[in-house]
Amino acid sequence: MIYLDNSATTKPYPEVLDTFRKVAESHFANPSSIHGKGSEAERLLLQARSIVADLLHVHSKEIVFTSGGTEGNNLAIKGTAFQHQSRGKHLITTAVEHASTLESFKQLEDIGFEVTYLPVDAAGRISMEDLRKEVRKDTILVSMIHVNNEIGTIQPIEEAGEYLRNFPKAVFHVDHVQGLSKVPLNFKKAKVDLCTMSAHKVHGLKGSGILYVRSGVKLFPLFTGGEQEGTVRAGTENVPGVVAMAKALRVVLEKSKSGIKQLRHLQETARKELCEIDGILINTPEQNSAPHILNFSVPRIKPEVLIHTLEEEGIYISTKSACSSKAQGGSRILEAAGYGPERSEHALRVSFSFENRQDDIERLVEALEEVLPKLKSVMG
Amino acid sequence: MFKEGEIVEAIYLDHAATSPVHPDVVEVMIPSLKENFGNPSSIHRFGRSNRHVLDEARSTIASSVGAHPKEIVFTSGGTEADNMAIIGTAMANKDKGKHIITSQVEHHAVLHACEHLETLGYEVTYLPVNKEGRVSVEELKAALREDTVLVTVMYGNNEVGTVQPIKEIGELLQERNITFHTDAVQAYGLLDIDVTELSVDLMSVSAHKINGPKGIGFLYVKEKTNLAPFLYGGEQERKRRAGTENVAGIVGFEKAVQIMQAEKQKKTELYLSFQKEMLAVFGREGIDYKVNGDPEHYLPHILNVSFPGVSVESLLTNLDLAGIAVSSGSACTAGSLEPSHVLTAMHGETDRAFSAVRFSFGLGNTTEQVTKAAEETVKVVKRLKAL
Repeated sequence: MIYLDNSATTKPYPEVLDTFRKVAESHFANPSSIHGKGSEAERLLLQARSIVADLLHVHSKEIVFTSGGTEGNNLAIKGTAFQHQSRGKHLITTAVEHASTLESFKQLEDIGFEVTYLPVDAAGRISMEDLRKEVRKDTILVSMIHVNNEIGTIQPIEEAGEYLRNFPKAVFHVDHVQGLSKVPLNFKKAKVDLCTMSAHKVHGLKGSGILYVRSGVKLFPLFTGGEQEGTVRAGTENVPGVVAMAKALRVVLEKSKSGIKQLRHLQETARKELCEIDGILINTPEQNSAPHILNFSVPRIKPEVLIHTLEEEGIYISTKSACSSKAQGGSRILEAAGYGPERSEHALRVSFSFENRQDDIERLVEALEEVLPKLKSVMG
Repeated sequence: MFKEGEIVEAIYLDHAATSPVHPDVVEVMIPSLKENFGNPSSIHRFGRSNRHVLDEARSTIASSVGAHPKEIVFTSGGTEADNMAIIGTAMANKDKGKHIITSQVEHHAVLHACEHLETLGYEVTYLPVNKEGRVSVEELKAALREDTVLVTVMYGNNEVGTVQPIKEIGELLQERNITFHTDAVQAYGLLDIDVTELSVDLMSVSAHKINGPKGIGFLYVKEKTNLAPFLYGGEQERKRRAGTENVAGIVGFEKAVQIMQAEKQKKTELYLSFQKEMLAVFGREGIDYKVNGDPEHYLPHILNVSFPGVSVESLLTNLDLAGIAVSSGSACTAGSLEPSHVLTAMHGETDRAFSAVRFSFGLGNTTEQVTKAAEETVKVVKRLKAL
């Protein structure tokens, strides 16, 4: 099995599962309970929070555990809008966000907020000039994806953060779900106020995520109830999921030290070899893109057909993002980048983990070389 | 002298706060995490096989409450389900009206969601309860208005175990076209719940209260219920709840539900015998105690008892030292020194509200443990009263 769909989800590391199992079985109590069993669970939670904070170079108090990336983005965006609506109702985001961000903004538009969607160039990147032009006195939030989940483009987060320092009323949120462990981001240096992360994209478990909330930044909670997570996020803490996530983060960041170079090497090999196959057009930009994503289009061949054909060979890749893979139409990311319908509707994505090896790429290339001519003749 | 690392075997009687994960639940979760880790929205086999697994689990879980699989929306737990039900109904019906009715004894996930809506211009009626902790259907009827869009009343109370007249409320509301939500987090797992008989539109359930994993729950959404989504993004859960599905959590939840269904009857009888046993020990030892709750309509696994003249903080600390894990009110507010809002609603700010302990039974508890816990409680109560 060659799994090249790591941007959709990753396989949990064995040591992460061991941790999960141990905590789920032995430390099941509710961390809010005041008895000894509860204190044990609370201690584990505190420890996990401190490990996560250390790994991300932030304070424990700045870590809010969530149910995942979608909740993180919803909480950051709506929580900021509701908290600061008296200051202004203008929000800025980009045309190439993940669905959880885009749909949150759409919802806010419905209830009277004004949203500016920054356009992107052919590489899928916004321009600082556009951002400068759009920030206003009543802008209360700028939200941007760090690494695009479909094509891997990296946005100029540090420059944006630096510029937004001039607008203390504008909260800066970054969706770091795809970047975590593959494209380092220093939250403090980039002046990020809010940052979304998800466990299952870094070999942790589905159902756990992190929202970094810079000290001093206030959010209107989405879930109200108990006083967990500094009252920003009510609900019994998923202790086994959280401790497993801390473990996953530690392991993945350790692997990333030498792994990023390896990913880049895999990507370069794949780019070079795929370029040479007749009918393949690469969409991921060469400059300022993440090392683990390579998006390409095969015009005239239905992506679903190609995916299922590769699946027969034991190779797993995807079309656009998994969350919208069943929606009709082409990739809205590629459309925003100015690619026509032909290229947007025939896009495919391969995404690597630190576990992938050169052989995997070779198998993919061989398979494509073999099946593409056959599929083309069928399609006529 | 204890050897290092040796501890008194703890007796856990706080299952209403959270319950241990059943070993069989972990057993199904691990292979799911190892082999079926794909994203259910992916169109390749890894995704598709998980889609199938999700469908199966959804169907098992739906049938446990008599619902159609389409009517089950998986959430991250009870808190999210309550928030989604209340805020989602309010938002979807804001043109129809802005009045909501709930009770004074709800879980904080419900109460705080209602308070949040008050800040947005909604009006909320908090129904009082009688000394047994029950709302009156008559009072509810009197509180209904033209602009009432939602009634949310919990099924079984998490602190005192009182079961509310859900069926009667449902019947009252059915003809009036008002959405009815019930928080069944504590009741699900022990009571027989059939949504077709109850006339409820929305119902919250959490897995970790029935020996399933934390981080997963569901909201039952009756077909055609007008509900605004809560988390926006992908098209999961029929566009009602975005976010990559927590497949292993859902599979674990399914297993917990299957075990629950097989053991419900047996457990109910066992927990009722535990209640009797505790009270028998208290009676035999002649300590002063008062049971809080409704003697007719109650959950089998919750026994809430006041020990007049004893401070609950000292009682809990001493019981904890004796290796018995119980709680005062709900775990979510366990850290606060405020008296329980539930007991205050039932008895006012009296000694009874300040001296109450909740014993809640569950997986692994034995009659021996319960007897021992009751005896230890008696010892502590006697000691504290002698001071």
